[in-house]
Amino acid sequence: MSVHPYIPNSVPEIKRQMLAAIGASSVEDFYADIPESIRFGRPLDMPPPLRSEAELTRHVGGLLARNTGTREALSFLGAGCYPHYVPAVVDEVVNRSEFLTAYAGEPYEDHGRFQALWEYQSLMGELLEMDVVNVPVYDGYQASATALRMAGRITGARRLLLVTAIDPGKLSKIDDYVRPVHDLVIVPVDPDTGLVDTAAVQAELAAGDVAAVYAEAPSASGIIDPALTSLAGLAHDAGALYVVGCNPISLGVVAPPSAYGADIVCGDIQPLGLHMAYGGLNGGFIATRDEEKFVAEYPSRLFGLAPTRVEGEYGFGDVAYERTSFAVREEGREWVGTAAALNGITAGVYLALMGPQGMREIGETIMANTRYALRRLAEVPGIEAPYADAPHFADFTLAFTGARTAAEVNEALLAHDIFGGRVLSEDKALYCVTEMHTKDDIDRLAGLLEEIVK
Amino acid sequence: MKTDHSPVTPADAKIAPKPPLRRFHQASWDEPLLFEMTSPGERGVLVPEPDVPLDDTLPAALRRAEPPALPELSQPQVLRHYLRLSQENLGVDFNIDVGQGTCTMKYSPKVNDQFIRDPRIADLHPLQDERTVQGVLEIIYRLEGLLREISGMDRFSLQPGAGSAAIYTNVSMIRAYFAARGEAEQRDEIITTIFSHPSNAACAKTAGFKVITLYPDADGYPDIEALKQAVGPRTAALLITNPEDTGLFNPRIEEFVRIVHEAGGLCAYDQANANGILGITRARDAGFDLCHFNLHKTFSTPHACGGPAAGASGVTEALAPYLPTPTVEFDGTRYYLDDDRPESVGKIRPFYGVVPNLVRAYAWIMSLGGAGLREAAEIAVLNNNYLMKKVLEIRGASAPYAPGRPRIEQVRYSWEKLAEETGVHSEDLGLRAADFGTHYWTSHHPFVVPEPMTLEPTESYSKADLDEYAAILAEVAREAYEDPETVRTAPHRSTVHRAREDVQDDPATWSVTWRAYRRKILGA
Repeated sequence: MSVHPYIPNSVPEIKRQMLAAIGASSVEDFYADIPESIRFGRPLDMPPPLRSEAELTRHVGGLLARNTGTREALSFLGAGCYPHYVPAVVDEVVNRSEFLTAYAGEPYEDHGRFQALWEYQSLMGELLEMDVVNVPVYDGYQASATALRMAGRITGARRLLLVTAIDPGKLSKIDDYVRPVHDLVIVPVDPDTGLVDTAAVQAELAAGDVAAVYAEAPSASGIIDPALTSLAGLAHDAGALYVVGCNPISLGVVAPPSAYGADIVCGDIQPLGLHMAYGGLNGGFIATRDEEKFVAEYPSRLFGLAPTRVEGEYGFGDVAYERTSFAVREEGREWVGTAAALNGITAGVYLALMGPQGMREIGETIMANTRYALRRLAEVPGIEAPYADAPHFADFTLAFTGARTAAEVNEALLAHDIFGGRVLSEDKALYCVTEMHTKDDIDRLAGLLEEIVK
Repeated sequence: MKTDHSPVTPADAKIAPKPPLRRFHQASWDEPLLFEMTSPGERGVLVPEPDVPLDDTLPAALRRAEPPALPELSQPQVLRHYLRLSQENLGVDFNIDVGQGTCTMKYSPKVNDQFIRDPRIADLHPLQDERTVQGVLEIIYRLEGLLREISGMDRFSLQPGAGSAAIYTNVSMIRAYFAARGEAEQRDEIITTIFSHPSNAACAKTAGFKVITLYPDADGYPDIEALKQAVGPRTAALLITNPEDTGLFNPRIEEFVRIVHEAGGLCAYDQANANGILGITRARDAGFDLCHFNLHKTFSTPHACGGPAAGASGVTEALAPYLPTPTVEFDGTRYYLDDDRPESVGKIRPFYGVVPNLVRAYAWIMSLGGAGLREAAEIAVLNNNYLMKKVLEIRGASAPYAPGRPRIEQVRYSWEKLAEETGVHSEDLGLRAADFGTHYWTSHHPFVVPEPMTLEPTESYSKADLDEYAAILAEVAREAYEDPETVRTAPHRSTVHRAREDVQDDPATWSVTWRAYRRKILGA
């Protein structure tokens, strides 16, 4: 069998030379510490290998052909993973071998990674109007879960109030993650309006021992709740922190949560130049003011700027490294490890390209499309938009009041190569539009729904 | 240039042989920060204008007052900035990256990158109807099957975002397992070893467990007497790496597992260092209840400056009910997602995992097959022992513990002798190596091995690569003895020079963002 292209030293003569240099008779010598009782006594049972690239490409290509991407269909799916345009320069940069194949080197031979990630932190800092932003954690779920545990460590309190509609998957993650030290209290939104029940929030705060009031902007229903601006005062009066999860691509138009009193802001950077990739590309940001009590509670790496011994040269390093599990194992804050650094660089390139005008325009376009879709689809007989009075961003809820369920509507749309929204219940679904949708796309959906739901 | 008008000869055209070490110099563009490059009015990319009326429902208090102070740059300026930064970064594709021990810096095949850039992966939405994503579901399902065979475990979740996330997932499943048996209160201790990744200890603590850490015995193997002292009715689990970061395989691993099982605890195998044992020994064969792989290490997906990576959590049938939702199943004709798992720990990340890396790992395994995986392991181990032979010939270097014993896929070396004799520390040597186009990593903290250096050559490097790497270390060590100042002040030919570290630990001087730097340091 020919030598595999990924394994240079499997050339028999090279192997012989290397064994001779070591003074070993065979590779088996190196496994002397592995007892016979746990040796795997047979070859691995796997399909025959596809050793040439041509064979491998044919096989994987055949599997990919069984997928239908959102370029081939018209999709109205969002719900935590959003279709946005990824500028060509973004892909050009993040596909560079130098970034793609590097790992955890020092700030000298990997200066580029440090600068690009420090710039990511800085760009997000401007977008969020906050002075501290982490090197991203895995995803928005982790960012929310960690932000809440940070709030717990800072306040020493036990209860966490979740006051806006939250994605059930994210809720599940948070529940698992905060369980050892916190009690989650879900304060349901008003079922008629989808809005925060402020009186219920106040009642829970009055019960005491609250570490954080957690809200999302937009909520899992796509609502940007006018009550968001009043929650900081309520939380602070009760000695709690105000933690807000937000969609960063909305912030050219929507006020950053720091502007209405948030203490910790978190979310997922997927909308900022990351392909949807079947929900596989994410990064979690956590931002705070530059106060020691906040900085000390981050588990993540925080890159910092520093002078070098050459004038005018930018150096980088780790800020307050001793708080991390890399430095002090279980005595650190939660843990830090490989997470989503390149996705952070991606989001940085995206923000550098978009600039202040681009971020404003994309926010305006998405809000305009969302409002148009809400209005247009609510005009369809048999469809209602129950929370339509509230401001929305990208996601919105539709209720199907006719004979067909939300799932049946999707089935009918699929026949037209349209992906309907995420089914929430028998009669409700969460639809989504972004800057990728045109008026014609929305009108086409409305036209088909007029036929389907009647 | 000849000046005497005599005819040139072939000797004039002859180029001298290369010197023994390459005269490397890394790119150093002296690139400013993006924020210093801003030019008001410039645009990097345009956005589709809405063809519908603007929305006016946002109340004033929720409308952004001032535009974000992002830089304003045209497209070529942004591209050039980032390409310059990319040149100031050393990836596996550029250097002999055997110096990031424990990280398994193997080659990430380019053809696999092509697969994940295909719009039928890149542009899939995770909530699409299952009929439109049969290909990606089949890849996930098949990859799980391959990992089951490699480990002997019964089921896997491929959702964890990286290795540490997989450790946390395993700890969460351990917690759920004991909760279901009414033993959650009682079993509140997790045991690990100091040469296992710090995330084992840190994830256990995060999940609410008390952590007990075992130190090595005199030979460097995990101390079995210490384990016997540590186990008891409060033991929930042992989280252990094998081979550990020393490169030593724990020959008593079955006994470790037996001792923990007899105390009623579970055993979770951190397989971060699995690259040398693929097809040689399996987690299940040593009796483990759970294990995890790092797909970005053992299974070749690119390390991406520190992620996105991917983790795989494997369990026996007894733990399978606790796996995160959903799992990917096959009913004989179609692949589907199973969310109906009432005992599950629930969701651990959005959707189904770092799917691009699942595709890459699947393609890598398929390109090698069972025999190829074993070949990769054996060559990784051969490379490691070959490099160890060469490194131990260098003055001042040693491999603590178990003298003369072979190592599996990596070695934690010590420059203690060199440091004592020269005053030059291991970190200095690593930075000087950067002047020759490579680098190395010392060790996790605390430094149990003094003046540590951890090398892991994997199967991807040729004999000539390993010879070159050893020659660089030999040269750096020689300099430490003969010209220590050059080493202590390194790097000299890297992108930048040593930065002050003290400013990073003081709240008055650290700057995590440009706005903080402007406010605190520039007073702007």
